[in-house]
Amino acid sequence: MTEGHDEHDLQHHNGSSSVHRDRSGTVALHERHHRETGEHPLDHLLRPGRIPHIWCTGCGLGVVLTAYLNGIQKAGVDLDKVAIVSGIGCTGRIAGYINLDSFHTTHGRALPFATGLKLANPELKVSVISGDGDLFAIGGNHLIHAARRNVDMLVLCVNNFNYGMTGGQVAPTTPVTARTQTSPYGCWEHPFNLPYVAAASGAVYVARWTVLHARRLVESVAEAVRHPGFSFIEVISQCPTNFDRPNKGGEGIDLMHFYEKKTVVKNGIDPKEADIGLYTPIVCGKFVDQSKPTYDSCYTNMCTMARGGKK
Amino acid sequence: MSRASDVLSGEHFINGNTASAEGAIAAGCRFFAGYPITPSTEVAERMSRRLPQIGGTFIQMEDELASMCAILGASWGGVKSMTATSGPGFSLMMENFGLGVMTETPSVIVNVMRGGPSTGLPTLAAQADVMQARWGTHGSCDVIALAPSSPQEMFDFTLRAFNLSERYRLPVMVLSDEIVGHMTEKVVIPPAEGIELFDRRKPSEPPSEGYLPFEPGPDLVPPMANAGEGYHMHVTGLTHDERGYPIITAAAQTKLVRRLCEKIRQNSRDIIACTEMETDGAEVVVVSYGISARTSWKAIRAAQRGGVKVGQLKLDTLWPFPEERVRALAGKVRGFVVPELNMGQMVYEVERCAAGQCRTRLVPHPGGETHDPADILAAIREVAA
Repeated sequence: MTEGHDEHDLQHHNGSSSVHRDRSGTVALHERHHRETGEHPLDHLLRPGRIPHIWCTGCGLGVVLTAYLNGIQKAGVDLDKVAIVSGIGCTGRIAGYINLDSFHTTHGRALPFATGLKLANPELKVSVISGDGDLFAIGGNHLIHAARRNVDMLVLCVNNFNYGMTGGQVAPTTPVTARTQTSPYGCWEHPFNLPYVAAASGAVYVARWTVLHARRLVESVAEAVRHPGFSFIEVISQCPTNFDRPNKGGEGIDLMHFYEKKTVVKNGIDPKEADIGLYTPIVCGKFVDQSKPTYDSCYTNMCTMARGGKK
Repeated sequence: MSRASDVLSGEHFINGNTASAEGAIAAGCRFFAGYPITPSTEVAERMSRRLPQIGGTFIQMEDELASMCAILGASWGGVKSMTATSGPGFSLMMENFGLGVMTETPSVIVNVMRGGPSTGLPTLAAQADVMQARWGTHGSCDVIALAPSSPQEMFDFTLRAFNLSERYRLPVMVLSDEIVGHMTEKVVIPPAEGIELFDRRKPSEPPSEGYLPFEPGPDLVPPMANAGEGYHMHVTGLTHDERGYPIITAAAQTKLVRRLCEKIRQNSRDIIACTEMETDGAEVVVVSYGISARTSWKAIRAAQRGGVKVGQLKLDTLWPFPEERVRALAGKVRGFVVPELNMGQMVYEVERCAAGQCRTRLVPHPGGETHDPADILAAIREVAA
């Protein structure tokens, strides 16, 4: 989908695969609410007049949006204190649909904006939701430094292996041999393994799920939001329009079947072992969950020293 | 959050960069994000020492892109914020300066100018970023930039930059240069109670469903809520409507961009500041700013001793440009002399406003040192002749 494309009636479609597959208590509750009121149970968290969204048929971003909203509610935080920051791209558009304080910044710069926001008002619960190109190519330097500082925030990175918004170009996550609009003979660059980069840079919570793992993703978002420090969740999503079509991966539903058959949950493994190839098995799970003083707590201690107090 | 004791009232002998940092603190700035770069680094150094003592936040970011974004984020967090940099860093800030304009985010950027292009002269002065300040970000916008010529003005103008940024909701630039930044002079910091501060106007209504975060007041400036106050606003660098929602149409673009420009143009009389010296009855007026304004004084005095009626229009704000004043003077004088430490930038504005009514004579210098006053004197004599 290109930036500026008319917003048209494609939607509520995206979430459907996981809804039918993942009959968790939350989903059953949602369905009952919908039957009784005619409203979607997340309507209060979606901006009036903004749905339908711009994403393509079969895209995984609807699942991510739903899972994030369920997860942030489950985390039990004051929703008035939640701020969502995104960069540019298909995933970057998530911020604009959520009826909480939301900031749609420039390409790659969600993290430094979020850092300023969080440090200016440490009461805020900041979530950065953006894509793999935004966070690891143009914004890669900011990612490693935000993780290094252990700024208290959640980073939800949707990885669809390409630049979807601009029509499907090669990304730092594109698997070797995958065809894109700018790798017409197949990608010849080595891709990043995102959890490995995040963990090596200092993230205290690192997980990977696919959009099929809607229920685990909700749990993971809730857990990561509550976890003090820099938390990183990668969500693997299909991109049937721009990535999976040239690579003959099939429609959205085919990719959901692929995730069902080819993902392996391995909690606690070294993220180094979580490389991804083109339609090869995907290792999911929670890889890192550790404690480390946050930037904010370290800064506060330093300020006490600067004022001549103890510590 | 700010206390009177945080302001270092009294007389000080400090350099321009330090004075700028103190001006920011006096203005209520409690967030600084920056990246070290000569010749601006003393601003960051001062802030790193001062802010932790007074409840503020100092952070050294990974680059200037990040620094600019961090101050925008901090501003939405409800804290007055600034960064300081020099040429190469200023270039890196341009994209997100535009984000600040589009999202109407109060903040201050101090650019202590050095010689360029590229790495140029890290330790030596120039004034060659003044057109970049005006046009450096992509798209159409009007901007505010102040040009201090002394450490005292570094204090005063940085403080004023905060007031203007809060008043008109945009990142305001302070364009200093290496000489003014490193020059040490007496700086008088007034008592805190004598400092007039302007804080962003807040929404008059509590959060409600139909809240319009970008609905302007009569001055074309929308009141501003901070994140975390329950307004659930959307803020985007895309063209947007009063709700803050992205609208990708020519009509929305016209409405928004026109207002962003008009809020500066309509209020330009409140923003523009010049200092005039002996312009009444002058045959020649030297139009200059920053360090070049001071270099001009020697030439002006020498010319006066030689019988030339010459005055000075010192531009305290470069942007918006004092069009009306230059137009009025152009009808009365024989010509303008414009010395600047670049190969000709503000001179285009002077020439545009003179519109053929009088002569405009540039005294260019690519930077690395001040003008030789003799060159300015020769230009004054040439125009007067």
